[in-house]
Amino acid sequence: MPSATLLGQSVLSGIFAGGLYALLGLGLSLSWRFLRVINLAHFGFIFLAAYMIYQLAGVWGLSPFAAMLLVVPCLFLLGVALQALFLRFSINEFGSLLVTFGILTITEAAIQWIWTADFRRLETPYGTASYRVGELFVPVAEALTFAVAVTLSISVWALLRFTYIGKAIRASADDPDMAAAFGVRGHGLALLLSGAVAATAGIAGTFIALIATLAPAQIFSWIGVIFAVVILGGLGNPFGILAAGLLIGVSEAVTMALTAPSWAPLVSFSLLILILVLRPGRI
Amino acid sequence: MTIEIGSRRGFVAMLLGGAMGLALTGAAIAQTSGQPVRVGGTLALTGPLAATGMVHKIVGEIYVEQLNKKKGLLGRPVEWVLLDDQSKPDLARTLYEKLVTVDKVDLLIGPYATGAILSAMAVAERQGKLLVHHTFGIPNLAKYDAQFPAWHMGPVPEKTVAGLLIDALAASEKPPKTIAIVTSKFPSVHFLAVGARDVAKAKGLTEVLYLEFEFGTKDFGPIAARVREANADFLYMGSIGLEGVQLLEALKKLGYSPRHHYYTYPAPGPMALSPDAAGALSTTVFEDQPPFTNNPGAAAFAKAYKERAEKAGLPYTLADVQGGASYAAWQILEAAVNATKSLDDKKLAAWIHANKVDTITGKLRFNEMGNYGDDLSKVKQVQNGKWVVVWPKEAAAPGAKLIAR
Repeated sequence: MPSATLLGQSVLSGIFAGGLYALLGLGLSLSWRFLRVINLAHFGFIFLAAYMIYQLAGVWGLSPFAAMLLVVPCLFLLGVALQALFLRFSINEFGSLLVTFGILTITEAAIQWIWTADFRRLETPYGTASYRVGELFVPVAEALTFAVAVTLSISVWALLRFTYIGKAIRASADDPDMAAAFGVRGHGLALLLSGAVAATAGIAGTFIALIATLAPAQIFSWIGVIFAVVILGGLGNPFGILAAGLLIGVSEAVTMALTAPSWAPLVSFSLLILILVLRPGRI
Repeated sequence: MTIEIGSRRGFVAMLLGGAMGLALTGAAIAQTSGQPVRVGGTLALTGPLAATGMVHKIVGEIYVEQLNKKKGLLGRPVEWVLLDDQSKPDLARTLYEKLVTVDKVDLLIGPYATGAILSAMAVAERQGKLLVHHTFGIPNLAKYDAQFPAWHMGPVPEKTVAGLLIDALAASEKPPKTIAIVTSKFPSVHFLAVGARDVAKAKGLTEVLYLEFEFGTKDFGPIAARVREANADFLYMGSIGLEGVQLLEALKKLGYSPRHHYYTYPAPGPMALSPDAAGALSTTVFEDQPPFTNNPGAAAFAKAYKERAEKAGLPYTLADVQGGASYAAWQILEAAVNATKSLDDKKLAAWIHANKVDTITGKLRFNEMGNYGDDLSKVKQVQNGKWVVVWPKEAAAPGAKLIAR
């Protein structure tokens, strides 16, 4: 039997992994639900942001959080440009999957061209630091990532629920013609939302840079589990994404603690299949 | 000269080559004439193995340049037709077919990583071509008679590598009594870890933990928690690429540093440069240090590699086991062609079988299972941000010894 410390530490690790999953999945979920864009390029943008943070902070000496203030607006503009492209060519939901996969591939190639295929690591004092709480260790960077994921999820939920822009976004997604009749400017909102989605990629990329060693091909390793989180959590549902991230993160971590770690990847997809079977109308 | 097909840089290189013709290469091939000897191969220039693929690309470029500055092969210039297999064994198979049937290359040289080499081997066997390769990791799968490995880890590395390692630790100031084995399921590291279990048991170590994880695991927190709880004297990690550094970082976040710790195929730069990796062990057949660099050819290679790696912006610029094995593969090919004065695959294979080849990694012979010969593995350790060979004593860098925590 594993000790209580091992189990507690593993659950904590799972909670932090879940927070990161939620941070990575939030933009994808919003884009899919409200723009009807299955945005695979989001993963490329996350890593592009991570590499930009590495360049600004690791090579040019800025604080990673000062670097984030520069990177997030750049990503916002990239998101606006992406949506402008979709609107200009009237790309539908299925088409968006193909187009954004192409953009993802181009982004990976661009990253490799600029930063090479070799591994890049942003060394910071808090990257591997942790605090001891009783018998448990709380890693600083992961805890910060989790806090940001929770804050962002609450903020997005509140924005969608209580603000005029949020209501307009929801109305425009549900019934664009009716929303337009009430004066909602669908195209403008779509550009704004796409920019915001890419901005979340900028934030997620900052924390990927803090936590992980970077290599261009790693972009693809996140796609499976994040899609599982997004589908489990429900499209356009920030709290759902957070809950799904935590469910998968903790399930994987506990699996690793109790059985062979090689079983862990099965957990996320087993959960996904289970949910799709039990609640098929989830997308 | 190198023609890299299937990438932007290769395309630009071809355009430039076409426009400028011999003006660019005239000096380099001054002592050669006639149609180029075309050597074809693929490398993982993109995809998850690209970081190491870059090392092999740099080494190949250095070697072909050196060859052409001498007298090429058979007095003819050498052209390396290099394709990007994107780290995919299935694509490597297709590309090797293309190299033989469409590009009609004269000779083949291997791709990087065991999976791709296995694919290339099948094509070489079907086409009756010689295949010299750099880094194949599972000798008992090397069934084709005309394939020749450059990384000499012996025919049964699942026994000898762990044996060498445990002998080195037994001779250290703090010999381990317990072992934790944590291994990726990546095939070429997994079978070594499974073999290490038996070797450790035979040498009297008590196994306190055995874990397997999937290649591509991102969260090492729970695995680190189990390693910390097991608290073995010796952590054996069957790992490739970044996995070792990821586990070390996760362990550090739990306030734990393993006493003795070993990693199978670590990405050399991140491991050597990681502040958490002091004392990390691995195995090697070449490093940029004496006694390897007492050989003038090896020293020249190490110097050229460092220059190229710096120019390419690689974080770790010293030639290591990957670069050494890669260079040795080209040396095998050159030695066979020069000795037989032929490009005939059968003649070349027969010569390699019957002879020893002097390379920068040592004298290689190819007459045991899988055409492997002596196990030339040495134990190296991260000391002061560099890999240093520490065992066996006669191969250790001057003054270096295994540091126990």
